[in-house]
Amino acid sequence: MGLATREAYGEILKELGGKYENIVVLDADLSKSTKTAVFAKAFPQRFFNVGIAEQNLMGVGAGLAAGGKIPFVSTFAMFAAGRAFEQIRNSICYPKLNVKIAATHAGLTVGEDGASHQAIEDVSLMRSIPNMTVIVPADAEETRKAVAFAAEYDGPVYIRLGRMAVPDLFAADYTFEHGKAVQLEDGKDVTIIATGIMVGAAKEAAKQLQDAGISARVLNIHTIKPIDKDAIVKAAADTGAIVTCEEHSIIGGLGSAVAEVLVENSPVPMERIGVCDTFGESGIPSALLKKYHLTAEDIAAAAKKVISRKK
Amino acid sequence: MAEKLTQEKVSELEKYAQSIRYSIVEMVTEAQSGHPGGSLSAADILTTLYFAEMNVNPSDPQAVGRDRFVLSKGHAAPVLYATLAERGFFPKEELLTLRKIDSRLQGHPSMKNLPGIDMSTGSLGQGLSAAAGLALAARLDNSESRVYTVLGDGELEEGMVWEAAMFAAHYKLDNLTAFVDFNGLQIDGPISEVLSPLPIPEKWTAFNWHVILVDGHDIQAIYDAVQTAKTIKGKPTMIVAQTIKGKGVCQMENIADWHGKAPSREQCDLFLSQLNELEAE
Ligand SMILES: Cc1ncc(C[n+]2csc(CCOP(=O)(O)OP(=O)(O)O)c2C)c(N)n1
Ligand SMILES: [Mg+2]
Repeated sequence: MGLATREAYGEILKELGGKYENIVVLDADLSKSTKTAVFAKAFPQRFFNVGIAEQNLMGVGAGLAAGGKIPFVSTFAMFAAGRAFEQIRNSICYPKLNVKIAATHAGLTVGEDGASHQAIEDVSLMRSIPNMTVIVPADAEETRKAVAFAAEYDGPVYIRLGRMAVPDLFAADYTFEHGKAVQLEDGKDVTIIATGIMVGAAKEAAKQLQDAGISARVLNIHTIKPIDKDAIVKAAADTGAIVTCEEHSIIGGLGSAVAEVLVENSPVPMERIGVCDTFGESGIPSALLKKYHLTAEDIAAAAKKVISRKK
Repeated sequence: MAEKLTQEKVSELEKYAQSIRYSIVEMVTEAQSGHPGGSLSAADILTTLYFAEMNVNPSDPQAVGRDRFVLSKGHAAPVLYATLAERGFFPKEELLTLRKIDSRLQGHPSMKNLPGIDMSTGSLGQGLSAAAGLALAARLDNSESRVYTVLGDGELEEGMVWEAAMFAAHYKLDNLTAFVDFNGLQIDGPISEVLSPLPIPEKWTAFNWHVILVDGHDIQAIYDAVQTAKTIKGKPTMIVAQTIKGKGVCQMENIADWHGKAPSREQCDLFLSQLNELEAE
């Protein structure tokens, strides 16, 4: 097992703090959980705790960016994208300010805290705002590269991170290309497009499908916005069927973004793996992934179904 | 002046509070997840409300006209579940399902899952608004129902709390009594160091609330404050309860780290034996 993406965030943030004097970090009483505490320890004079006040977190971040700083602001995804949505929209994205929102504890795998803390709408909310870039890293290395990209890039970025440890998928030489899908497996019968923690499950599903004589392409879409249209259109042309997988509501997230590209360019049968318009609940992450149908088995079954729908 | 509790009644309530603390430690250990510190600090407040004050009926949890309780600091769900079980709303054995899949005892209180929960909470800062809404609904119905809520002191950093504070005072919601569990700690450390909400009583006074300061572990004092609140007309009452986070388990007392950490089995056994000793005293 590798690191949780939030752990990788804490490490790289500290490293970037040494490189960029303009980076300042803000947190809302969750620095031990979001791992901004690692930065706080190294650069106490550039770390500011706003207390339990997420709307103020975003507003102060906006001001710091307007004043020439590069603020990284962190709290749980629920309280970032959820509680402070309108501050993000009007104070950060409308003026296109250089605020990096690194939101941790996204998705069902928050686990035992339950539905009140399981953000399954954040990608949907964030990608609907003009000027926003939305990135969902799949593992520790992709997180490091994505956070480093965010520090370089000028403009608002939302990075979605998880609580749970996830397997390492990428080696240290991995290069993160903003807005570009990463093909992990090639195949001709179906394309599985996954993001975040579902990328590992998608690879596993492709293996299972191979045993059943089905050849599946696997695409990792880490940048939900701007999305890689070319890779999606090509996948539709090459394989004729698509399955999307995300630890997020099926409404408004990766599945919706891919569907938008497909209907406007090259409609093919598509199935979506995600949380089906319901709230989560308390439980250990693995039990939740099973109960809410977010496993490799579920993906493989969806792949078979979508193939059967091809004309 | 309302009557005092008899010494006998106070001892009885203290026993309930101790049993509730016992359940909190057990259930968080069994779940290996959850928030013991802020649950233990609020145990005497919930005991007083549920065993000496609130008009609730365990066999009819949705009774019309009942008093309502909103745990604004929803992460302290274990104290609410333990109190409801102690009061007979559901069997104590169910406490051990806390935070497990398919349980009615969600990590944060969910009114759709468990009868006896009057409001779903967990996102800090939202409970006081809901409590104000419940109080307003009771007034519109000419009901005698009173509404109680408990906030964390760190929770006071949420701006929404002060929007609700203004609202409740503006609409003279004198059927609303709120508590601040003033234990001095939040997750990242002491409230005075993280982002100070101090001074607390003066703020509520400035927001036109009636303010009472009490020792949040003195059941008689909590009871008296609740009685006084009922006599205050035209204003909501804020009872600022000075508490100790982790109260009753000396290894947990005043330690920020025990905010959201479960004891190991061995630690749990030690903590439970301490609680037993205290009870024997
Ligand atoms: C809106 C929101 N932000 C952050 C959190 C995460 N959180 C849970 S408990 C807590 C600290 C609460 O401190 P306090 O209110 O003092 O509670 P207590 O000490 O009584 O446990 C935080 C930040 C949350 N539940 N809701
Ligand atoms: Mg506190």
